[in-house]
Amino acid sequence: MSVELDVFVGNTTIMDEEVYQLWLDGYTVNDAVKVRMEGGVMDECEASKDVLLSDTMDQYRTFQMCERLLHSPAKLANQLLFQIPPHRQIMLIERYYAFDDTFVREVLGKKLSKGTKKDLDDISTKTSVTLKSCRRQFDNFKRVFKVVEELKGPLVENIRQHFLLSDKLARDYAAIVFFANNRFETGKRKLQYLSFQDFAFCAGQLISNWTVGAVDNMVEDMDVDLDKEFLQELKELKILITDKDLLDQHKSLVCTALRGKTKVFIEMEGSFKNLSRGLINIAAKLTNTKDVRDFFIDLVEKFIEPCRSDRWSAADMKLYLTHYTNSAHILDTFKHQVVWDRYMGVVKSCIFKMYHD
Amino acid sequence: MPGKLKAKIVAGRHLPVMDRASDLTDAFVEVKFGNTTFKTDVCPKSLNPQWNSEWFKFEVDDEDLQDEPLQITVLDHDTYSANDAIGKVYIDIDPLLYSEAASVISGWFPIYDTIHGIRGEINVIVKVELFNDLNRFRQSSCGVKFFCTTCIPQCYRATLVHGFVEELVVNEDPEYQWIDRIRTPRASNEARQRLISLMSGELQRKIGLKVLEMGGNAVVGYLQCFDLEGESGLVVRAIGTACTLDKLSSGSAPNTNTHMHPNTAPASNACNSPSKDGKEPVFVEDLPSSSGPPTPFRALPTSSSPPPFSPSKPCSRQSSSSDTDLSLTPKTGMGSGGSAGKEAGPLRTLLRQQTQTALEQREFPFFTLTSFPPGFLLHVGGVVSARSVKLLDRIHNPALGNTRSYKLLDWNSVTADEPETRDAWWEEIRQEIKSHARALGCHAVVGYSESTSICEEVCILSASGTAAILNPRYMREGCLDIGCTDHRFEEPSPPNCGFCHIPYDELNMPFPAQLTYCYHCRRQKVPDVLFTTIDLPSEAAVAGKGCLIQARLCRLKKKAQGEANATAISNLLPFMEYELHTQLMNKLKLRSMNALFGLHIQISVGENMLLGLASATGVYLTALPAPGGIQIAGKTPGDLSSEHISSIQKRINDTIAVNKELYQINPPKLFALDPEVFCGINMELAEEGVGSPIPEPRHRSRLFRSHSESSDELSELDLSHGKKDAFVLEIDDTDAVEDIHSLLIDAPPPTGFYSCNTENMPGISNWTSGVQMFTSVRVLRLSNANLTNQGLNKIFTDLCENLLKSFYFKLRSMIPCCLCHLNFTVAVPEEELIQVTVTAVAMTYDKEQTQEKTAEKPVNKGSLEAEEQLQFPLELCADSSSSNIQTASKISVSLFTPAAKLCQNQLLIARSAGVGESTNMSPRAASVDYGSFADRCSTWLELLRLKAHTIRRGSVKTSRRTQSLAHSVSSLERCSPLQEGRSRSLRSSRSFGGSSVTVVKMTPLSFLPGTRIIKYLGIINMFFIRETTSLREEGGVSGFLHSFIAEVFAMVRAHVAALGGNAVVSYSMKECVFMENPNKNQAQCLINVSGDAVICISETDQESSASTANTGQTGGSETDGAT
Repeated sequence: MSVELDVFVGNTTIMDEEVYQLWLDGYTVNDAVKVRMEGGVMDECEASKDVLLSDTMDQYRTFQMCERLLHSPAKLANQLLFQIPPHRQIMLIERYYAFDDTFVREVLGKKLSKGTKKDLDDISTKTSVTLKSCRRQFDNFKRVFKVVEELKGPLVENIRQHFLLSDKLARDYAAIVFFANNRFETGKRKLQYLSFQDFAFCAGQLISNWTVGAVDNMVEDMDVDLDKEFLQELKELKILITDKDLLDQHKSLVCTALRGKTKVFIEMEGSFKNLSRGLINIAAKLTNTKDVRDFFIDLVEKFIEPCRSDRWSAADMKLYLTHYTNSAHILDTFKHQVVWDRYMGVVKSCIFKMYHD
Repeated sequence: MPGKLKAKIVAGRHLPVMDRASDLTDAFVEVKFGNTTFKTDVCPKSLNPQWNSEWFKFEVDDEDLQDEPLQITVLDHDTYSANDAIGKVYIDIDPLLYSEAASVISGWFPIYDTIHGIRGEINVIVKVELFNDLNRFRQSSCGVKFFCTTCIPQCYRATLVHGFVEELVVNEDPEYQWIDRIRTPRASNEARQRLISLMSGELQRKIGLKVLEMGGNAVVGYLQCFDLEGESGLVVRAIGTACTLDKLSSGSAPNTNTHMHPNTAPASNACNSPSKDGKEPVFVEDLPSSSGPPTPFRALPTSSSPPPFSPSKPCSRQSSSSDTDLSLTPKTGMGSGGSAGKEAGPLRTLLRQQTQTALEQREFPFFTLTSFPPGFLLHVGGVVSARSVKLLDRIHNPALGNTRSYKLLDWNSVTADEPETRDAWWEEIRQEIKSHARALGCHAVVGYSESTSICEEVCILSASGTAAILNPRYMREGCLDIGCTDHRFEEPSPPNCGFCHIPYDELNMPFPAQLTYCYHCRRQKVPDVLFTTIDLPSEAAVAGKGCLIQARLCRLKKKAQGEANATAISNLLPFMEYELHTQLMNKLKLRSMNALFGLHIQISVGENMLLGLASATGVYLTALPAPGGIQIAGKTPGDLSSEHISSIQKRINDTIAVNKELYQINPPKLFALDPEVFCGINMELAEEGVGSPIPEPRHRSRLFRSHSESSDELSELDLSHGKKDAFVLEIDDTDAVEDIHSLLIDAPPPTGFYSCNTENMPGISNWTSGVQMFTSVRVLRLSNANLTNQGLNKIFTDLCENLLKSFYFKLRSMIPCCLCHLNFTVAVPEEELIQVTVTAVAMTYDKEQTQEKTAEKPVNKGSLEAEEQLQFPLELCADSSSSNIQTASKISVSLFTPAAKLCQNQLLIARSAGVGESTNMSPRAASVDYGSFADRCSTWLELLRLKAHTIRRGSVKTSRRTQSLAHSVSSLERCSPLQEGRSRSLRSSRSFGGSSVTVVKMTPLSFLPGTRIIKYLGIINMFFIRETTSLREEGGVSGFLHSFIAEVFAMVRAHVAALGGNAVVSYSMKECVFMENPNKNQAQCLINVSGDAVICISETDQESSASTANTGQTGGSETDGAT
């Protein structure tokens, strides 16, 4: 005897969130049944293993049939095949587009191409996220990237509208798209200590301040690329390190402000010129695509590591950067205040976020 | 030229990619009705084409309007090769043909292809303009309303119930035509779908004509079935109950339709005449004893039952008694296919004469209804059923043999034997049913249904119903709804037990049975158990809750051909029925219940086995005696140790005790005179105290059945438990032990679940609005070649039990909930396959309120009884024969009069409390009802989008702030979805246009909890075929069927939404035929579904006002009774 066919179809599509998660996580039906059994769901309704198996299979089938619709979530709302209550639809979409931070950390900044897709089994073994789940997440990134790439207007908003995602998730996707588009290097050993959320925060800063869309006139261009004009203007900041007077003046202003307020004042004073050069050089080089890619590694190498080796606390670092930024305004001969603010605003908050163990 | 059909193709969406090169589609649409076809322009390179076509107009006969569907085909234009079909939509325009229903069909329909399933959607608008038709001899019956619902539809009032209508049409099955060898599967499937659509249209039209002839304007309990007879053709048959319905004015939507109602039912104003039936003689006594032979098991002399397997022999309908009436009535234009004309004319005359025996003289006094207005049903006799085995291969139809076109045969011009033969078969069976009912002293059959099971050339025809005596008032003028007149009418017996009283003569009983005086009124006799096919009457007094009871049975059969096969089957049938019946009885006892409602016995035939499945809802009727336990006795004590027997006995006793607890069966012991008896479990004691006329309890069955082709032997068969003592099960061999074990296998539903197969769950009435309709199909392959009957039984039982367990598990989030209208269908699609299809609805209810209700209910009953007692001693003293009872009733009066007063007060309080409760509970109700929630959510989405749009122009920072604001608003909304959900009615969620999809609820019941149906939009009757040649790719058989069922649901919902409805009631899946050939990677499935499309609105304050009115009325009648 064997069950040849076994289906259960409800007028309102029945979906168990727990099973959905197992499906998303790439569990096979049998593994999912095991997990559910361990979870104690059997006691709930005097169910047997067969009942659980049948239920899991049904749900897996339903999810597979829904997957096509989830690829363009707007369709889920006006398709006729499944009657799913709206709050359920939101849950389905949100969960489908959710990702593992460990996985996304691996592909962040990589080109979303076939080549990367081939490496997914390695990533799968490394992150212990199932290959099936890796594929889904990767395909999601790619799909969002493809759709948003062509669109005008604010990136986060576009993602949210097209994929009906929550604000948080839309922002994360914006970060992923932004990183993939600009191919920021995130995989170096020195950057390993940074989490996806660190990068996502930085991406948010970059998107809202350094892209074309950030200034105004958003209809014309998009959020995905950095503002070329701005990057050109950044070269002007070099004066802060090339002009000896300006450099000294800047240093003395910062030191005056800092004196007595921190335990590492001596170290700050000693490394001021180096640090300032580091930050301004990063700014000046950003016209090169290659250097844009290395933006984060440069921040770590040129600023975060020296500070850390001098044992600055996060508060010290904040204090230093605040005064460093503000003091530039007092410099009479320094005319590029707007660019300076636009640059330092982002760099400051990125470093704040990245300055941890 | 009485009709103009207009159609407009608006747009398409989500179309499939038809051109691989461009990843796009050049779509256009063909609109076809009858032989006329229109085309839209090609909308190039789009998956979401906007055609916005002109109005395509078809000028057609209303006859065609009834028969033909509007056929919409979406195609992909191809310059060089033939255009590729994307898919089709068939729209049944029948709902547009009667004035009260929908006026326009407009909406998104799934584009369906029989090979690929749903491929996108199309937006269509359809309208009909009808002209007045003065032709007396017309063949159309526009205006007759059809309802699948087996009770009087909610917003109608039945002024007259005319009776049984039936019709069948036959055609050749396109699948078996020679042309099928050369055409594509798609073409063949489409031909079949179209043909069945045409045939059901024609069938409905013909039934409509019969109804018009009878003077009715509606068919209620319309049941249409297909018989796929393979080579010998395709039969579409339908039965129903003709009625004259009046729409209730309260809350009815304004009727905007202007076209003339073609039917001016003469009887519709009959209800105005004052009823003179106040002094009607008591109907029971008027029963002519000559109506039938006293013993039911003798074949009726009138039915000249033909030899078993010679169906081609013309059956003698002409000889039936009612035919003499035919000559008196003007012959109508109907041909030989019809038979209702025979009864219509004379019936009306009879009604006018107010003859008591009106029903007796009808050809078939059958009613497909299962629930009736209070007072309609006087007495119930028991289940009557008849089965007949027929051979299909003997029929060859000269008229059909050479038909190549799909044009339906015109029965008026062609003398076709085919429908005659089929008609004759059913005629035969109906006659038998009628005779059984007579034998039970009943003049009518209610809850009547017919079914077939076909395997190769063998066909089992079955019919069953419940013999009953109806209140003759309703057969003539009068109103079916609850009016004051109804209450004043001197009923021969109180409503909450009257229907249990035996209709047959006690001294001349049709079968041996144990009778006692009614435990309610003590005035009339009741049987010890009662089996019926109807729903539990709403006024019936029950104790505790009901539960689903199933008897399952497998019987192996040798493979055989032709007559030998048919003989083998018909020889097996009586044994199967006997065993099913025994199982039912035992399981009923095991649950400590005494009545079955909604009994449905299905016997399905396969090549090497027969499957029997009987489902019913068990209930404890307080009017009937308490069931005794089950006694185990070892016949040969040497074989089995007495310890073994006693252990089984103990298990049984334990089970009974557990079940009593589970179903809360604590019958009120109002008539027990000795207070000490209250604590005793044994009701017999109390009974003896009152004086039981039959001291020694003998259990007898009330199930009547027979087999027409072998009526001689079967007439001797007594289904009761013979000479054996009451509820004794004898263990004489291991089989018997197995049987008892299998009895105990049935696991009770887990806590929080109840189940039933009827419209109403006995003991639960406080539904909240959570509704989940579902269909489940399971097919089991028997790998073991040499199975025994016992082994098979076990497998089959497990299959059904496991299905139930699966349902409970899946629906656990709805607890506390009840599975209602559980409808199991079994089939043997292939030699080693068993298929079980289940459709049911899970409904949530309020647990707290239940407890309150159960506490209230006995009080309610108590007061009613007491109240009746108050008035009856006066009436009854004269004719009450037993002084014993008289004293009993008098004593009880004195005992209960003060109590009754008190109870009434309590009742009122309880009721008003109930109202308060319901308003309190309503937020919770709204949480489950996502119709309104859906609406709000979609508006929320819309709002977000809108905001996002305006924000774009602002600066990023401000925009973010607004967004987060919007988000917080949304999250707020999400966590409190109930704030205003209640105030919005379901109707408001029915938004046309916009992206949101209308939520359409579906239920096999005739109502949706928490809502009121304000409009019936028409019948939904759809037939789909799905085929695949890439079974593995579609996820195997399960994946294939899963998506097909989902697609069928989607299409039903889309059609209902297009009619402007938001729910389907009385939904049923009549047919689910699944065939597979895994080796060829192929599968095919046919599904037929039906139901009533309705608009329902959530019950608001109207409800409470109605209930207060109700209370007031009750109070009024109470005072009335007291004086």
